[in-house]
Amino acid sequence: MNEISIQGYLRPDGDYGIRNHLLIIPTVICSNQVCNRITQLVPDTVAIPHQHGCSQIGADKDRTFATLAGTGKNPNVGAVIIISLGCEVVDPYALADDIRTTGKRVEVIDIQEIGGSVKAIQHGVELAREMRNELNQLVPETIPAAKLRIGVKCGGSDATSGMASNPALGAASDLLIEQGGTVIISETTEIIGAEHVLAERCATPEVAQQLYAFVSRFEREVERMGADMRGGNPSPGNIAGGLTTIEEKSLGCISKCGTSPMMGAFEYADPIPGNGLYFMDSPGNDIECVSGMAASGVHLVCFTTGRGTPTGAAVVPVVKITGNKKMFERMSDNMDVDVSQILDGTSGVEQAGERIWEEIVDVASGKLTKAEILGHQEFSINRIGPSL
Amino acid sequence: MAHVIETGADALVVDPKDDVATALRDLTAGETVQYRSGHDVTSVQVKNDIPFGHKLAIRDMETGTHVRKYGEVIGQSTMAIQTGEHVHVHNVEGIRGRGDQAAQEKGTN
Repeated sequence: MNEISIQGYLRPDGDYGIRNHLLIIPTVICSNQVCNRITQLVPDTVAIPHQHGCSQIGADKDRTFATLAGTGKNPNVGAVIIISLGCEVVDPYALADDIRTTGKRVEVIDIQEIGGSVKAIQHGVELAREMRNELNQLVPETIPAAKLRIGVKCGGSDATSGMASNPALGAASDLLIEQGGTVIISETTEIIGAEHVLAERCATPEVAQQLYAFVSRFEREVERMGADMRGGNPSPGNIAGGLTTIEEKSLGCISKCGTSPMMGAFEYADPIPGNGLYFMDSPGNDIECVSGMAASGVHLVCFTTGRGTPTGAAVVPVVKITGNKKMFERMSDNMDVDVSQILDGTSGVEQAGERIWEEIVDVASGKLTKAEILGHQEFSINRIGPSL
Repeated sequence: MAHVIETGADALVVDPKDDVATALRDLTAGETVQYRSGHDVTSVQVKNDIPFGHKLAIRDMETGTHVRKYGEVIGQSTMAIQTGEHVHVHNVEGIRGRGDQAAQEKGTN
């Protein structure tokens, strides 16, 4: 497995991206439409419309800022245009300065200052064309696969997730970490009932404590709602697929991060602190979680599913992996890797892990995922406070 | 290869400590099926229709028993469960994330 390399784009701060996006960021919901118009008029641009950026305070406001900043700083992004309304809570100039710490070009357009949507769109299109041309001059270079950072996620789970696709993805995670790469697992909701298994693998007692603290914070929130988690998570689809309790789902979930020691645990959308295996606090919600992972700096996300789900992400490729053969055949438009052979006995978990690893290397070198081909660019920010 | 699951079984036990096997195909009430645990294959008569991916009991359990899969506790039985029965939300409940119970306790205090 030595010296496997991928094709990536060198960024000014020395990091590498596996895509070369021009990203259009609205600081607030009020600027979404201007962003959308710019992406419609300039090919190969991506926008991250969202519902937030105003009527927010404290940690909730900070989380929105961190998610937007992290997405801009993601190495798959080559340059950024920020579209501000002008009176929102998220400060567009602070956001630009934060993203500029990576050395990439960042421009800001203020809709109120420039004189309305039409002028903002026109200026945005002019900037986007110029910046897109600059990015197109970049030539991909050969870089070691060990530079890769991936997120592992599961969604639309059924019983095959815990028995086939998650263990196979775990084997692929181990392969990447063996080479010096980085894997983050997340979904705090979906380690409830399995946290003791992960805690045993934490590098230090402090990491284990942090992990338990994330879980108990989440569980207290659920208790505050006065409801049984079951029905929300496991979801009705999970239950139809044979998953009975959150504990069962969690125990099936955690195998996707492999068997390496857990080096640390960090807050949603914060930068990944180092190499190896890490835990990021996040709800299990697919889009919020993958968006948080992208903001933390992963290059791509490997996503296992049993029921089948089409979603992708705005700035990172999402590789869909399933152990459910029938679903793979039914939803081949959406699925990238079939590891159902584990269940019919024709493949071992390690072999399936190697096939996932090969797909990771191909996608990291430019092969488009099914979600990318279909134009999926989902983006969502986790909220932790009331709207004011 | 420790992880290879050999063909020929209708259901699979993940860990020797488990109380349940997971159906690898749709199972029909009354049929006798083979479940595999490691290299051992055991026969069991299925008492209900059990869809692909759902669980069947491989031993009898009293009400309130901790039910294991992956070698760990996935919940507890809410009624007695017999070998070969479908094990799911009708006879097993979660122990964690039970805000409903917290709310009830608050109400009675």
